Amino acid sequence: MREVPQGKRILVTGVSRFLGLRLAKRLEEQDGVAAIVGVDLEEPPVPVRGLEFIRADISSPLIARVIEATKIDTIVHTNIGSNPARLGGRSRMKENNVIGTMQLLAAAQRSDRVKKVVMKSSTAVYGSDPAEPSLIPEGHAQRQVDLAGYGKDCAEAETYARDFGRRRPDVDLVILRTQNVIGPTVRTSMTDYLSLPVIPTALGFDPRLQLLHEEDAVEALAVGALGDSRGIFNVAADGVVYLSKAIRLLDRVELPLLLPMAQTTAGLLRRFGLVDFPTDQLKLIVYGRVVSTQRAKEALGFRPKRTTEETLMDFRDHRRADLVPSAEKHPAWERELFDYLRSRQPEKV
Amino acid sequence: MAEAEIIRLHDHRTKPDADGEAERKRCAATTATGRPCRNFALPDAEYCSIHARGSTAAQRRHPAQGIETPSRPPEPEPTRTVLDGIGDFLRRRLDGAYPVDDFGYDPELHREVLLPLQRALYERYFRVRTLGVDRIPHEGAALLVGNHSGTIPVDAVMVQHAVATEHPRHRTVRNVAADLAFNMPFVGHLARKTGNAVACDEDAHELLRRGEVVGVYPEGYKGVGKGWKDRYKLQRFGRGGFIEVALRTRTPIVPVAIVGAEEAFPMIANAKLLARTFGFPYFPITPTFPLLGPLGLLPLPSRWLIEFGEPIPMDDYPEDAAEDAMLVFDLTDRIRDTIQQMLYRNLSLRGRAFI
Repeated sequence: MREVPQGKRILVTGVSRFLGLRLAKRLEEQDGVAAIVGVDLEEPPVPVRGLEFIRADISSPLIARVIEATKIDTIVHTNIGSNPARLGGRSRMKENNVIGTMQLLAAAQRSDRVKKVVMKSSTAVYGSDPAEPSLIPEGHAQRQVDLAGYGKDCAEAETYARDFGRRRPDVDLVILRTQNVIGPTVRTSMTDYLSLPVIPTALGFDPRLQLLHEEDAVEALAVGALGDSRGIFNVAADGVVYLSKAIRLLDRVELPLLLPMAQTTAGLLRRFGLVDFPTDQLKLIVYGRVVSTQRAKEALGFRPKRTTEETLMDFRDHRRADLVPSAEKHPAWERELFDYLRSRQPEKV
Repeated sequence: MAEAEIIRLHDHRTKPDADGEAERKRCAATTATGRPCRNFALPDAEYCSIHARGSTAAQRRHPAQGIETPSRPPEPEPTRTVLDGIGDFLRRRLDGAYPVDDFGYDPELHREVLLPLQRALYERYFRVRTLGVDRIPHEGAALLVGNHSGTIPVDAVMVQHAVATEHPRHRTVRNVAADLAFNMPFVGHLARKTGNAVACDEDAHELLRRGEVVGVYPEGYKGVGKGWKDRYKLQRFGRGGFIEVALRTRTPIVPVAIVGAEEAFPMIANAKLLARTFGFPYFPITPTFPLLGPLGLLPLPSRWLIEFGEPIPMDDYPEDAAEDAMLVFDLTDRIRDTIQQMLYRNLSLRGRAFI
């Protein structure tokens, strides 16, 4: 990491969720960060030293007063969620993702102190289509693709972010489009999917998978928040792994289904609470989506530590052991976080 | 035509080098079928281009196999059968210990499984002859531009086979294919695993930047979907996108003329209504399809001749040449004319189409 200017005051949204919490911990260890303010609807599952938590809804005008009162100069927006079940249904999810981003940016626009806004978007904005380039560059998102759910939310949130960037050209705007995140502790629809004992796939299709390790995702956000670059960047691990090979690496069994059946199966899996694989992401399992990370390497200065294959191996080797967190292997906060994540039933939130 | 030499590696090595001419070293790796690799080793290296990149230890020389060196006594169990080799290969595939590149190219699957399977088609069925295959640059990027014909794009596969087996460096041609191919079950991922990419500027640019040999067929559907009466008449060459990419990356263009694919699958008529129903760009009616059902999909055994022309350098144009639309049109026409001339010449050179 390059030299970080002193006295940064950073606001992290979605601080009670995995990425926000880990980012807060990461920033807390960084010299030159004067204050970390975390905003979320519920309290973080584990206390983070040096984090000032404020219970607030980013989709309410209250957020402007938080930004003003805490003299924030950098905003890291990690609060765009992908899982409707965990966010209280699709309409609540959209409210949170799109309206929340809108309100947050409106508040940021008011504040003269804000000099940097980092938004965690997703490669879902590219959709999944066989006609897409094999390595999708950043400039490819404005094409007309059929988006639904999470991808659409991200695309809309990005539109607001770009509007914001136009109105406040003095603010450095960084949009990070992260690839599907997996890892030993994070829970995403991809980790749910890859944890199934028998993994359903689409018969006759073997997409290339490109993933991102949870630690690399946190590091990318930190680089975005502390560095001095601006722009839109794809963030993903190097290399690809075919889904068929990934399943073999994970010692699981593949269950190829005809495409119409795959739709039904996804619905059934969701109903029984096994995997919430949003139907808009089903195409990912058919066609895959691989992005070019050249720009992030050159202009953002971010290089992921793990390749896609290493990410998968880490997921395999450490996820299993984590089913029962052991006292000697895991620090207390990690075990608490794990218990918390497991205790969270989809319906409860 | 000179057959690929099949020389026992052991006899070859034990003979003293009589003529003093430095022999090109063979690759020291063992193929998945358990035989010593017959490719030439890279200069100053022990392995050929495939095994040097392969990087998995299992692919490298097997302890019980390979060339006997005086320093090491022969292993007690020196006889490994072909079955052992196949076993190793399957184990490696099941364990997932094989690398693929970002585009999904799986060199092991392509070189060890698919090329040998295609060989009968290439050598016996179509009796492909090649001209000037060593005109393709031995290293660095090159853009092969070919005519497209034959309803089912077998021609691209044959060009890839020709370069992989007959070029001195056994380079892999990375063809760019229409997105329809990647939308089809089984065909889609097989196309990726054999090194194909999507026909768009981004993919072609990236492959050339990485120094690959890229194959394009600018006629596209207009080429493969044209009728029998238009055989060997080049259609419009797309919108010149391939020239722009070549100019931007300063890649030499190698014109390729393929004779034989038209007769392999002569299209008498195009059932437009059926095409629209299935969402295909055309629906071919040939003497055998759909009359004989799936059997009609088998191409006719025509005789093929593939010529690789002299590379056309692209690096003596100014930096912003790709922005000059007139220049792009001119170059497109020039390359189209070159290929058309090659086609006419080779049609008479090939002689009879079938027997």
